[in-house]
Amino acid sequence: MIANVLGGYFMRRLIGSAVMLFIVMSAVFVADRNIGDPARMILGDTGTEADVLELRLRMGLEDPWHVQYGRFVAGLVTFDLGETFRYGISKPLAHGGIPESRATLPIAAERLPATFLLTGVAIALSVLVALPLGIWAAVRPRTIGDRLVNVLSLAGVSIVEYWFALILILLFAVQLDWLPTSGYGTAAHVILPALALSLRPIGRITQIARSSMLDELAKPYVTAARGRGIPISKIASVHALKNAAIPVVTTIGEETINVITGVIIIETVFGWPGIGALTVDALKIRDVPLIEATIFLLVLMVLSINLVVDLLYALLNPRVRLG
Amino acid sequence: MAAEIATSEERQARVTGGDLLRALGREPVVLLAVVFLVALAIAAGFASWLAPYDPLMPNIFAGRLPPFSEAKGMTGAVQFHVLGTDALGRDMLTRLMFGAQASVAVGVVAVAISGTIGTVLGLVAGYYGGRAETLIMRTVDGVMAVPSLLIALFVLSLVGGGLVNMVLIFAFVRWVVYARLARGITLSYRQSSFVEAARSIGATDGRIIFRHILPNMLSPLLVLGTLEIALLILAEAGLSFLGFGLQPPEPSWGLMIARGREYLREAWWMITFPGLAIFLTTLSLNLLANWLRTITDPVQRWRWLI
Repeated sequence: MIANVLGGYFMRRLIGSAVMLFIVMSAVFVADRNIGDPARMILGDTGTEADVLELRLRMGLEDPWHVQYGRFVAGLVTFDLGETFRYGISKPLAHGGIPESRATLPIAAERLPATFLLTGVAIALSVLVALPLGIWAAVRPRTIGDRLVNVLSLAGVSIVEYWFALILILLFAVQLDWLPTSGYGTAAHVILPALALSLRPIGRITQIARSSMLDELAKPYVTAARGRGIPISKIASVHALKNAAIPVVTTIGEETINVITGVIIIETVFGWPGIGALTVDALKIRDVPLIEATIFLLVLMVLSINLVVDLLYALLNPRVRLG
Repeated sequence: MAAEIATSEERQARVTGGDLLRALGREPVVLLAVVFLVALAIAAGFASWLAPYDPLMPNIFAGRLPPFSEAKGMTGAVQFHVLGTDALGRDMLTRLMFGAQASVAVGVVAVAISGTIGTVLGLVAGYYGGRAETLIMRTVDGVMAVPSLLIALFVLSLVGGGLVNMVLIFAFVRWVVYARLARGITLSYRQSSFVEAARSIGATDGRIIFRHILPNMLSPLLVLGTLEIALLILAEAGLSFLGFGLQPPEPSWGLMIARGREYLREAWWMITFPGLAIFLTTLSLNLLANWLRTITDPVQRWRWLI
């Protein structure tokens, strides 16, 4: 019965997310078609009119807009978002004429594992630090320790990630020479970018864990348990934790999404070969098909996380899934 | 006699500026944050008069000087640079003050626009319901589903950076948070007895919305607006850092960090001070919002005012 209700809920949310992805990509399509001639941008001022026309034909830009849009929608379904004529091509304009090309979605998808790794490490680190910190502060409200945690978590939320990243590089890579300044490959490479990304989620998750634990500890069953002589630390970690977890799970989901937008800047700073750095590159050279592919994957990731969080929420809180 | 009782009750219920100041005095950290924000506002507002030097004029005698250096200015007079100079010999303190102008302008103006639009739409959605509510709230869900920074980055890369574009885009992506808040509060008051009473004596919808419901959401809106200013200052700096926001030679904190990054090894002050400026500003705003939330919460207020 629960599985059925959950299944129906899941299907509704899944369809909603697909519709959302479709609307977002349509908006991107409309915006992208209004920034000038992509063929002229690829060939530059030196390209001849004939070459530009040929490239426009090949890119399908001479078709009426509804044909282009139909092809775009079909591409969304079949995971074919067009080809780039510039990105990752060794000699795009060597001999004049039409340059070679590569499909964009595989280029963007190749970047996903690096981003998953960085996001995963940053979020795992955040949860490991923030949950105990928040609970620790909640069992001793209004003490010096609690106030300190409060100010520190606010400082974490206010952090300027890329600036903090540069300070970390200056300190640990340039001055102390303990860790590499940038790059990808070994465990040492992931430490600084993950650290830079984790301060904000640590602050947010600590705040939410603390406040939801405080609410929970004020409830009668906790008073009853304390009356029976059970130490508060045990009540917090055994009895109250599960009930206090619901807002925390939502916050972890939101923070994962924030980290995914955070990687856009942090990957650029650390030369991390993820989808965030690729997005910035694509936007800088205004490579329309590549922009569409990176935004498609980023939005897909965000919507998927939202879906998972809502599902977890329904699992943890029966009032949502049955209501 | 009856009137006197009413006024004394009223006096008890209303929080005066003096009460606020006294409550603030008991929270030294928040007080410090407020002092910093006031100083920042003055530095930004009067940068043209207060700043020691020209924010744009390069000085070939003073490239990348560390803090507390003296150098000959382009006019021949000796200049003193408290926070050092950047790669083109421009005074860091001066540029920080003008950068504050950009940050504060983007944050405050975008919050004012998005807050007004979002609140009105949220009030309409919550009060009237029906098709208007469906349309407004579906749009809210749609805009909220995609991270604001990603939308801003994409649109800015198409239309180009600059102060006005940034304000407009931030207003467009952030009105949704106020709409959601305003709708939620309106829903909780729509059926309340004081709205019922106002309606029964013939008050118009506009009067009920703006005189009876809106005042009840000003505190949460104020808290949200403060948090949003912090968020937008961070976003402005981040987008400028990436090269999609304000464009050189405009002084912007994010741009200053981007420029300083090229001299990370040689000139630590070029990234340290603009980063600290952003961090302290957002931290102060967050502290202030946190405190405002506690003090405007009727359940917790008495703890702060007695």
